[in-house]
Amino acid sequence: MTKNMLELQNVHKRFDDREVLHGVSLTLAPNEVVCLLGSSGSGKSTLLRCINLLERIESGDIIFREQSLLDERIDVDLVRRHIGIVFQAFNLFPHLSVLDNITLGPLRARGRAKSEVLDEAYELLERIGLKSRAGDFPDQLSGGQQQRVAIARALAMRPDVLLLDEVTSALDPTLVGEVLDLLTDLARQGTTMLIATHEMQFARDVAHRVALLDEGRLVEVAPAADFFDRPQQAATIDFLSRVPKTQ
Amino acid sequence: MVLAVVAWVLWAAPGGKAVREFFLSPTHAWRSFIGDPAEGLSAIWRGFLTNIWMFVVCEILVLVFGLLIAVVRLSSSPILTPLRLLSVVYTDFFRGIPIILVLFIVGYGLPGMSLGWISMQSPAVYACIALTLTYSAYVAEVYRAGINAVPTNQVVASRALGLRQGATLRYVVLPQAIRNVIPPLLNDFISLQKDTALVSTLGIVDATQAAHIFSSQSFNFAGYTVASLLFLLLTIPMTRLTDRLIARDRSRRLAYLS
Repeated sequence: MTKNMLELQNVHKRFDDREVLHGVSLTLAPNEVVCLLGSSGSGKSTLLRCINLLERIESGDIIFREQSLLDERIDVDLVRRHIGIVFQAFNLFPHLSVLDNITLGPLRARGRAKSEVLDEAYELLERIGLKSRAGDFPDQLSGGQQQRVAIARALAMRPDVLLLDEVTSALDPTLVGEVLDLLTDLARQGTTMLIATHEMQFARDVAHRVALLDEGRLVEVAPAADFFDRPQQAATIDFLSRVPKTQ
Repeated sequence: MVLAVVAWVLWAAPGGKAVREFFLSPTHAWRSFIGDPAEGLSAIWRGFLTNIWMFVVCEILVLVFGLLIAVVRLSSSPILTPLRLLSVVYTDFFRGIPIILVLFIVGYGLPGMSLGWISMQSPAVYACIALTLTYSAYVAEVYRAGINAVPTNQVVASRALGLRQGATLRYVVLPQAIRNVIPPLLNDFISLQKDTALVSTLGIVDATQAAHIFSSQSFNFAGYTVASLLFLLLTIPMTRLTDRLIARDRSRRLAYLS
């Protein structure tokens, strides 16, 4: 049995009076891809932001590589260098070129040598098919290209886990494919990922396990095929009946 | 059109001839411009150099000091709370006092306090201190607006990469904030350029003071015209540059929307 990369234990999160996560427990093994489904407002984004410590949780625990992230002595910035996150709205730095967006983290957060970082950045750009756009600025790129750069920016930190928050939801339907293809490649290469998404077919094809979040509760977690073909919970059956069929 | 009306008034008004003689006489203008040491007349051009160096020195100090105040004011660290309060008081205080009073208070107050070397500086140093104190308050507010205009998600994205607060400020927030505020900053600098004329109240012979000396000795005001023209030579290019930057910024934003 491999040790878990990440383990959420009974995570509770509230914004003022409204509890948005009611005790979520979930594990993520090394090289595993878990897709997190759920309607808008079900708490997917909040859950990812809690793991990245962008939000503080009220109770429960988040264990990353056998260490609690709620420990007072934990250096939040160090943790974030190991847990990458990609946002729905890209959030690229508009004043930096594509290349500088990718190298900023390794240079300024990790303090690595410039030549090494540049080599890796060009490699990443090659992988996302945007090597020729290295000197361009984010607003010169299409949404799909921007999101690929955002993923490369997160990967440049060599994170142990990559969290993806509905990374295709803000994209033109014609651009969704290129981003999902990149994620599929990453999954094949063994990147550990927790992916919040509305792309059912992608979840079925790529995820090892699929989880459904409904009003802040994790109602079902199952291997992809079981989840889609033999859902156990009423909430899952209801959810699947409201989304396009997958095969 | 307006210029034509002014010219016509100057020409046709009953006292027009006298005013023309007083303000526009070329011989007097030239004499005031080059000065006349034999008669104790300071050259206006030399005085104007004082305005220029004061402006340059103050501008640099203001840029640094204003930024410091803005960053302190926007910091969230509890350790900096006293400094944060101080920066609020500071900006309220110096934005609320007429600059000429600050000049008097600093220019006559510091030398009067017998504080060793602090009280033994030249009036020019006190003038620079006063201008820097006041303009830093304005510029700090400009920076603050610029920093606040940087979307929160930029900070989130930077922190999520593991950049610390300082690195986030330096590499992500400030570059965007400063780009946002270049036009308003330049506007403040145009005011600063003109307000260097106020240092004449401390007895510093800048262009204004030189013109004043000239007028009281030769009973002709052409020196004021010369000094005004010199200021215009400095401020008009700056104004044009500011307008161009604002226009460029606007077109960029519109392009972004389309």
